[in-house]
Amino acid sequence: MLKVKNLNTGYDNVPVIFDVSFEVNEGELVSIVGSNGAGKTTILRAISGLIRPFSGEIEFEGKRIDVMPAHEIVSLGIAHVPEGRHVFSKMSVRDNLLLGAYTIDSEAEIEKILKEVFEIFPRLKEREGQKAETLSGGEQQMLAIARGLMSRPKLLLVDEMSLGLMPILVDKVMEILKEISKRGITVLLVEQKVQEALEMADRAYVLQTGKIIGHGTGSELLTSDLVKKAYMGM
Amino acid sequence: MFAQVIASGLLLGFVYSLVAIGLTLVWGVMDIINFAHGEFLMIAMYSAFWMYSLVNLDPLVSLPIVAVLVFGVGVLTYKLIIKRVIDAPGLTALLATFGLSLFIRNLAQFLWSPNYRFIGDCFVSDKKVMLGPVVVGLPQLVAAIGSIIMTLLVFYFIQRTKTGRAIQAAALDRNTAKLMGIDTEKVYALTFGLSGACVGVAGALMASFFPVSPDAGVLYSLLAFVIVALGGFGNISGALYGGLIIGLAEALGGYYIGTEFKYAIVFLIYLLVIQVRPKGLFGW
Repeated sequence: MLKVKNLNTGYDNVPVIFDVSFEVNEGELVSIVGSNGAGKTTILRAISGLIRPFSGEIEFEGKRIDVMPAHEIVSLGIAHVPEGRHVFSKMSVRDNLLLGAYTIDSEAEIEKILKEVFEIFPRLKEREGQKAETLSGGEQQMLAIARGLMSRPKLLLVDEMSLGLMPILVDKVMEILKEISKRGITVLLVEQKVQEALEMADRAYVLQTGKIIGHGTGSELLTSDLVKKAYMGM
Repeated sequence: MFAQVIASGLLLGFVYSLVAIGLTLVWGVMDIINFAHGEFLMIAMYSAFWMYSLVNLDPLVSLPIVAVLVFGVGVLTYKLIIKRVIDAPGLTALLATFGLSLFIRNLAQFLWSPNYRFIGDCFVSDKKVMLGPVVVGLPQLVAAIGSIIMTLLVFYFIQRTKTGRAIQAAALDRNTAKLMGIDTEKVYALTFGLSGACVGVAGALMASFFPVSPDAGVLYSLLAFVIVALGGFGNISGALYGGLIIGLAEALGGYYIGTEFKYAIVFLIYLLVIQVRPKGLFGW
């Protein structure tokens, strides 16, 4: 579904990502794990069109998307839940969700998706009219994910959703992500919390200083020496 | 007499508010101070004037045409100038709009001479209206009502429509707005156009009781800056209240202290407020 081939990218001609290739197949939950500064967020930003590759290709459902502007990529079915949540703080929960459905024109369709999303996130239904900035960190993370779902994505990019959440909430949002994956949405998760991310992933890639240094199924990587040494202090 | 002064201050205030809302929109969404905002107003006044004097259109009739015209001026300004400088560092965008304001003002002088022009005989000219104990000029009353309507329309558009939500989103977080599928380029062009439409309406309304000249916009853009700073940069309701405060201050100061001091009082209020609340009275 998503193919990244020999991607080189970065900011202002400072390279961050070196010759990265990976694939995400339909229905999978794929993780990219790595420590802070490895370049995980940069990869996602390149996929969703916020930055351009210096070289290499990004293909989604057989179509090259690395030349498209970000807002058109959304309409193809890719939603990006950015690092640090980035909810629209001064706007209501409902308005945030409606913005997530910006690419959908039919009002009836939007109401339908809204209902589904509230089923997954009942807490957001309770807070519908509140400004997003009044939500707790965990609730804001849920809002960011819910907003991503509002565009009916085929592929959901989720960036570092454990950031700044207490462990019990991390477990909760991970559960929710599994649930989303079960509903047939392909998920690409980028995460610093290596263990949690590998446990839930079908497949995963390990990223270190902008290069992919290993890949395999989640459980393979969990028991591999590479990951154990580098990220789990074992 | 007090009621009379309050009434004329409020009427003026609503027009000020509309001009300031146009300015604050662009600031709120793009973080750009449009120094040519007053010149947009001047273009609107001239448009109303020429449509009056050439094809005999009453300013109230030509108002929608003027609004659309200055909307277009705003969109063009964005596409030809602002787009190229919006990501440039430092003062580039500021200098660009400053240059544009000088250009437009001098172009107007070149094309239409610096002479003052008046719309002598239109529907509202020289009529007075009794509102209880207060007598107000019909041109001012119509200008205030027109401004209120346009202000409400802008509020409705920004708060309640899908495109308005997209404008808010782009103002709050440009990159995340793109991730929602919003074409931020389009939003910016539209915002500049909307800002132009605000002064378009204000200018067409004011042309029936203010002299039209190449410098006509200067004072208003200065007042609009004060109002926007007073209300909090980028805050639309702040601009509304700020405009009313400045209108009242001008009327009260002019009456009780002396006409020659009315703007001194306005700017004094501004200086006092930014000492106490640098973010403005209604700033975030």
